[in-house]
Amino acid sequence: MSAGQTAKASPDRTGSWYEASARTRVRLLLDPGSFEEFIGPEQREISPHLKVFGLPEQFDDGIVVGRGLLDGAPVFVAAQEGRFMGGAFGEVHGAKLTGLLRAARDLKSISVLLLLDTGGVRLQEANAGELAIAEIMRAVIEARTAGVKVVGLIGGRSGCYGGGGLIAGCCSALAVSEQGRIAVSGPEVIETNRGVEEFDSRDRALVWRTMGGKHRRLLGGAELFSDDTVQGFRDAALDLLGSVADFGLDTLKAEQARLEDRLQRFGACPDAIDIWTAEGIADAASVPALPADQFIALADQVRRTSRDAR
Amino acid sequence: MEDLSYRHIARQRAGGTRKIAVIGVVASGNLEVLAERNLPDAECLVEIKTAAEGFGEVWNAVIADFVERHSPGGVRFSINDGGARPDTVSLRLAQAARLMQEDDQ
Repeated sequence: MSAGQTAKASPDRTGSWYEASARTRVRLLLDPGSFEEFIGPEQREISPHLKVFGLPEQFDDGIVVGRGLLDGAPVFVAAQEGRFMGGAFGEVHGAKLTGLLRAARDLKSISVLLLLDTGGVRLQEANAGELAIAEIMRAVIEARTAGVKVVGLIGGRSGCYGGGGLIAGCCSALAVSEQGRIAVSGPEVIETNRGVEEFDSRDRALVWRTMGGKHRRLLGGAELFSDDTVQGFRDAALDLLGSVADFGLDTLKAEQARLEDRLQRFGACPDAIDIWTAEGIADAASVPALPADQFIALADQVRRTSRDAR
Repeated sequence: MEDLSYRHIARQRAGGTRKIAVIGVVASGNLEVLAERNLPDAECLVEIKTAAEGFGEVWNAVIADFVERHSPGGVRFSINDGGARPDTVSLRLAQAARLMQEDDQ
């Protein structure tokens, strides 16, 4: 796929990541004109399941995969389209990502950027989707074991939920914007299973401060917080690719220790605001309203990102 | 699901050298258009898969108007429709035709 840019001049990256389509994110994130798509829409590798349900298909099955250059360095990139079926994983969608990660594993030297924007598994092809999640998680870990950095960029309208949240947890590092919610069970799922006293999905402020990017950054689930711009995510990707430590048993042990410490320190906190207060933020209630630059400065103060865990 | 197909004779070949373009997303009230330059210069083919059945007449009118306005000869348009309104369809088709007129890099 050509990028549709006749000039090689630096593109306008000030636009919203949240509002952009998967294709626009890829085109603007990478160096101009460098993206080369694998299994593009013209090959029509569509879902074999949706027709059975009378549902419309998309020619790329909701995910764009390929390679390109990021500041001159080759990268593999996968971008989910959060507006097509909520960016959900189906059989073909998942296979395209698995294949990309296995190529990265075999080549060993090319980093992978995952532009996650997903509600999880596509219900209409649930078994295939669940298998895809498992295959992708394995492929991420195999790629990282082979020395590949796998960086997740999360700031889309579908957030990163269900199996997407599990895949994000397997990445070398994550960058997230305020809009990029990361969790496994979504608000409505938690409320349905555990009751409204446990989680009121209609309380949007509660949803954002529990699953939103600011909390994920302060809790250490995401290494970097990005403003909602393509430039913000490009800078974050370059930062993370340059700073991610090698992956091995020590990384996993450090991650286990980090999670145990987190549970011990915050396990009794009933709300994100209590966690932020425990982290030493004086006016924790003001965090959700902070502009991105002020929040990034605050987050850097209270929590230096650990680069030896994950 | 309904499959529709419209073949037209275009006044002239679509400008530019681009071989392929894709625009739009399959979502509620939206559609994707895949344009491929792989037909004889005077021909234009529009193939549609839509979840909203029974709107063949409207599609016919929208596409005839599009071919008349943009004369996209030599281009095959493939549409996956999520129930878009006619104005949205016209907009996406025009965007696809515009993209094809750019020069390939």
